[in-house]
Amino acid sequence: MVLTGKVFKFGDNIDTDVIIPARYLVTTDPAALAEHCMEDVSATFAKEVRKGDIIVGGSNFGCGSSREQAVLAIMGCGVKVVLAESFARIFYRNCINRGLYALEVSKATLDRIFQGDAISVDLEKGEIIKEGSSEFFNFKPISDEMKRIVAAGGIIPYTRQRIAKEV
Amino acid sequence: MGNTVTEKILAKAAGKKNVEVGEIIEAEIDLVMGTDVMMPLSFEIMEEIGAKRVFDREKVVVVLDHFAPAPNIKSASQARDIRENCKKFGIDHMIEVGRGGVCHTIIPDMGFAAPGEVIVGSDSHTTTYGALGAFSTGLGSTDIAVALTLGKLWFRVPPTIKVNFTGELPELIMGKDLILRLLGQIGADGARYKTLEFSGEIISRLEMDDRFTICNMGVEGGAKNAIIEPDDKTLGYLERVCKKPYDIIRSDADAAYENIIEIDCTGMEPQVACPHSPDNVSPVSEVKGIKVNQVYIGSCTNGRISDLRTAARFLKGRTVHPDVRLIVTPASQEVYLQAVREGLAEIFVEAGAAFNTPSCGACFGGHFGVIAGGEVCLSTTNRNFRGRMGSNEGMVYLASPAVAAATALSGRISDPREV
Repeated sequence: MVLTGKVFKFGDNIDTDVIIPARYLVTTDPAALAEHCMEDVSATFAKEVRKGDIIVGGSNFGCGSSREQAVLAIMGCGVKVVLAESFARIFYRNCINRGLYALEVSKATLDRIFQGDAISVDLEKGEIIKEGSSEFFNFKPISDEMKRIVAAGGIIPYTRQRIAKEV
Repeated sequence: MGNTVTEKILAKAAGKKNVEVGEIIEAEIDLVMGTDVMMPLSFEIMEEIGAKRVFDREKVVVVLDHFAPAPNIKSASQARDIRENCKKFGIDHMIEVGRGGVCHTIIPDMGFAAPGEVIVGSDSHTTTYGALGAFSTGLGSTDIAVALTLGKLWFRVPPTIKVNFTGELPELIMGKDLILRLLGQIGADGARYKTLEFSGEIISRLEMDDRFTICNMGVEGGAKNAIIEPDDKTLGYLERVCKKPYDIIRSDADAAYENIIEIDCTGMEPQVACPHSPDNVSPVSEVKGIKVNQVYIGSCTNGRISDLRTAARFLKGRTVHPDVRLIVTPASQEVYLQAVREGLAEIFVEAGAAFNTPSCGACFGGHFGVIAGGEVCLSTTNRNFRGRMGSNEGMVYLASPAVAAATALSGRISDPREV
């Protein structure tokens, strides 16, 4: 699968409190959460982001609170993939469980991807191509363990299958 | 080569003799804890997966603590739905407003957590219960829904960083100072995906309240879990609160650690985390004098009885600075009642502090102490991310209850040793 979109770039240690501030955790509706996504660090992101756009972070993306609403808020914006140098562990699990691609990409690569760039991310090949240029970068494809859960359609269908077997 | 306490707990929960770092295992869960902000999603997911009831009604606790008591109609509606869903899914231990308090204080204090257990919670600070010698970690709502349904979950066995606190602990240096000092050294991702095992002379001399504080903030370094091997102090505490049987598991003498960090506490100053990250830490001498508008004492990090006692020692017979508001929030009903009985509540109220009912509210910018743009708050909580306690133009400094009390008196960030 190849995902193509415009880049919205953020820094290191983007925490889940800024992805979706706690004051909005009174709903579980992704569309309602999306309206406030990133608003404490970017006044324009939630307004400008379009379906298919790509979030690029630095190290330790998604640190802090366990709130899964952070993943829902990002998905509610239509974002399907987040690239970062590294992810905080609870956030990473939440991404896999919810079907949001969280891809680890080297700092050298991230340094050459800029706000507003149009990029294509090839999940199978582990390749990022910058549109309108000859630049392309490789990244380590998502791990096998994670693939098994994602292949079942996320942790929910995976669990549903197991309950059916145990009854 | 031997194993760490974390590896041994995970091996036992997976029904295996040994586990290796990096191995994916499926562990039996001894306790699942959920809070009011995360359970609405978990219940949605349980419906979706066709779950009818939780795997074991004795091993599940839901706590209404974040938007508690409800500050608005939307959160009141969420809490109402949680109460109904707890009945529907067979959750007996639904801890109501007025009968519990902040989850990470009451789960140990009410005897729900024990050494050697595998515990998961819908809150990142679930690392707190590692202070009892349990494997305890935070998860998102989907993982919690699966754990509630199956009583099992997959984990990757984490590598362990051992942290030895050595030397002499100076007066008025608390658990909070030790963990902030470590966070300043290793950074917000210094223990990402890893175990922090706290050890050494200083830890063995610390009381349980300080140990809970240290394990609580392990997650601010990205840790999967934080843990302290049980000792006589742990057993003494458990004797009072925990009725269920448990296993004492300790690290082998030849356990393999990814890294061992030594921190000499001799001469350590009180530590302060500056905006906007818990790892942006300075000794108090470098930040003292900064004017504050609000001081907050409470939360799962520092809302226990010894925290309140420390603060009260400074506030007794004195009054809070006229330009500052002090909010003191005991972390549980039990702590609240104890504070009343000991006369601490009287000290706070006479000093001009707001003495509040247990809640997570202020810590995460919910209610009961939200700050405005341009305001500065010194807080005993665990996070000072941008916007965490309210306005994204606010500034939050994190410190111990001793620093907080000294600061409330002077109106500026202060060294409690100089008061």
